[in-house]
Amino acid sequence: MIMKSFLLSVLVILSACQNKANDKIVIGNFGSLTGAEATFGISTKQGIELAIEEWNKAGGVLGKQIELKAYDNQGKPEEARLSVEKLINVDNVVAVLGEVASTRSLAAAPVAQQYKVPMISPSSTNPLVTQKGDYIFRVCFIDPFQGEVMAKFAFNSLKLKKGAILRDSKSDYSMGLANYFIKTFEALGGTIVADEKFVSGDVDFKAQLTSIKNKSPEFIFVPGYYTEVGLIARQAREAGVKVPLMGGDGWDSDKLTEIGGAAVEGSYFSNHYTVEDPRPEVQNFIANYKTKFGTMPDALAASGYDAARVLLEAIKRANSIEGQKLRDSIAATKDFQGATGIITINEQRDATKSAVVLKVVGKAFKFVESVKP
Amino acid sequence: MNEFIQHTINGLALGSIYALVALGYTMVFGVLQLINFAHGDIFMVGSFIGLYFIRFAIPNAEPSIFTAIMVLIAAMVGSAIVGVIIEKFAYRPLRKAPRINILITAIGVSLLLEYGGQLVFGASPQFFPDILPRKLIDIGGDIILDSNQLTIFVMSFVLMQILSFLVFKTQFGRSMRAISHSLETANLIGINVNKVILITFIIGSALAGAAGVLYGVAYPKIDPLLGLLPGLKAFIAAVLGGIGNITGAVIGAIILGLSETYVAGYISSTYRDALAFVILIIVLLVRPGGLLGSKKIEKV
Repeated sequence: MIMKSFLLSVLVILSACQNKANDKIVIGNFGSLTGAEATFGISTKQGIELAIEEWNKAGGVLGKQIELKAYDNQGKPEEARLSVEKLINVDNVVAVLGEVASTRSLAAAPVAQQYKVPMISPSSTNPLVTQKGDYIFRVCFIDPFQGEVMAKFAFNSLKLKKGAILRDSKSDYSMGLANYFIKTFEALGGTIVADEKFVSGDVDFKAQLTSIKNKSPEFIFVPGYYTEVGLIARQAREAGVKVPLMGGDGWDSDKLTEIGGAAVEGSYFSNHYTVEDPRPEVQNFIANYKTKFGTMPDALAASGYDAARVLLEAIKRANSIEGQKLRDSIAATKDFQGATGIITINEQRDATKSAVVLKVVGKAFKFVESVKP
Repeated sequence: MNEFIQHTINGLALGSIYALVALGYTMVFGVLQLINFAHGDIFMVGSFIGLYFIRFAIPNAEPSIFTAIMVLIAAMVGSAIVGVIIEKFAYRPLRKAPRINILITAIGVSLLLEYGGQLVFGASPQFFPDILPRKLIDIGGDIILDSNQLTIFVMSFVLMQILSFLVFKTQFGRSMRAISHSLETANLIGINVNKVILITFIIGSALAGAAGVLYGVAYPKIDPLLGLLPGLKAFIAAVLGGIGNITGAVIGAIILGLSETYVAGYISSTYRDALAFVILIIVLLVRPGGLLGSKKIEKV
């Protein structure tokens, strides 16, 4: 505690030394730019950069140029918390954008709430995130919906009745999503024959997979992040498990197919958007992103882009960067045409929008179906 | 029953990797009575040397035994060089200092490699490409034997035999054992102590490098903090078998690999890492010398 107050006072002194020239509007971003979920942080940041660049070209917001301040949290919750502390106290940001992983959003949200600085998570889907306070928002759907989508897809579309679960006991996202999936799947009449766990950072999943294989499920639901999912897929095939794997938006990264190779072929996961969506908002975003960064944007990039645009629109509507006014303005977001769908912020400060189910084919993620809330 | 056999196969493969790392720990301890905490990180460095060798020297190589041997040799040579540098600059100047100084230096070297590694290789995990042609052999009853598991198992067994021969049947081994007994006396009777210790580090580090590559083949995700947990586990395996004892290190590693796999398969993977440390505590309480170790209690 002494250490913490010391750190805080250092931060306050540092921030006092800062030149508070108000010629720019500073927006903060914190994410995993390195670590096992590095592509999440990098994609999100690039999406935000693109949105800011577009707005700056069009004259900025409230007559000022917009500047992005981004910090790497290395995929660690404690670093995420510290990043937000730094963004608010040292960099004096008007709002914070982040994180992707729910565990890290949950660690950082109380700080944003404490200082009454609005925080918008682009893609944290655990329902608890926005329950941390009335300054915490998200522009994506939540896990109860995502779990329901995948459970219905498995039961109704694929006609599978026996499932197994392999989830990450250290991740709020993974544990929550698995619970919601099981709830819907069992309510539909399916059975879960095995529920195994791993710990993020593990590399050996053979023991769990051997146990699962013995129960002969028709599919395995793995709500994890891409690095572990890729390794799990490989080891599943090596252990002789031939059934498809399924998962959530944590799968979305080009690293999934790099690590998983042929083992992830034919697997399904739910996501925020598909590059095959013909809407002009989506296709323009993809074209601009490709020109700027040279790669195809994944859903995390699209969500980052949307989060930044929702925030900038809100600043414009509020005609202010003052915390309370900005918060109310974000909360009033309605029918916003985003790259990841039409965003309306509901009373729980979550976005209600559709999810898509994608299938891994070669190195691409092919659109299978779209599910409305 | 089939499930049990499959768990056993997986556990043996995991244990073999621990064994390769544990051999290096045990050798250095046998000679210097030093727990080389940097050993797990040399294992990580070996893995990265293998990766960069594939990437820059043989980017288009097809997976084959030949490719694997080339990568293995590159990693072993590279790790041996790292081991020599560490011995020369970190441990040799402290040879006459109290044991605790050199132990703390070992921890320092370990941290240097881990965080220096993040600077050089980057903190994000990297993917280790396939270098061995892989075959899944169905040995009946839905039990699958992975050719990679077999390779790793055979490899650690062969290396263990070579080491035993080296230590117990050669002049060099005799010098090693003499130094282990008493460094001063060995020096007095004309053994070139520095040379023997240097060679010990070369062999130990080369083994760690080989283990690093085999680890990359088995679990193709590597990052600069990779050596941390396998390093600790291998250390526990070495203590379990009786540190300083070559056969003991392998037996300890196999026991650890098997019990971890059984725990993850039958109870819960949450307890997998805890188990290793529980084993360490029990061994230290009941048989401080380890399963095959001497009764003499060592202070570290």
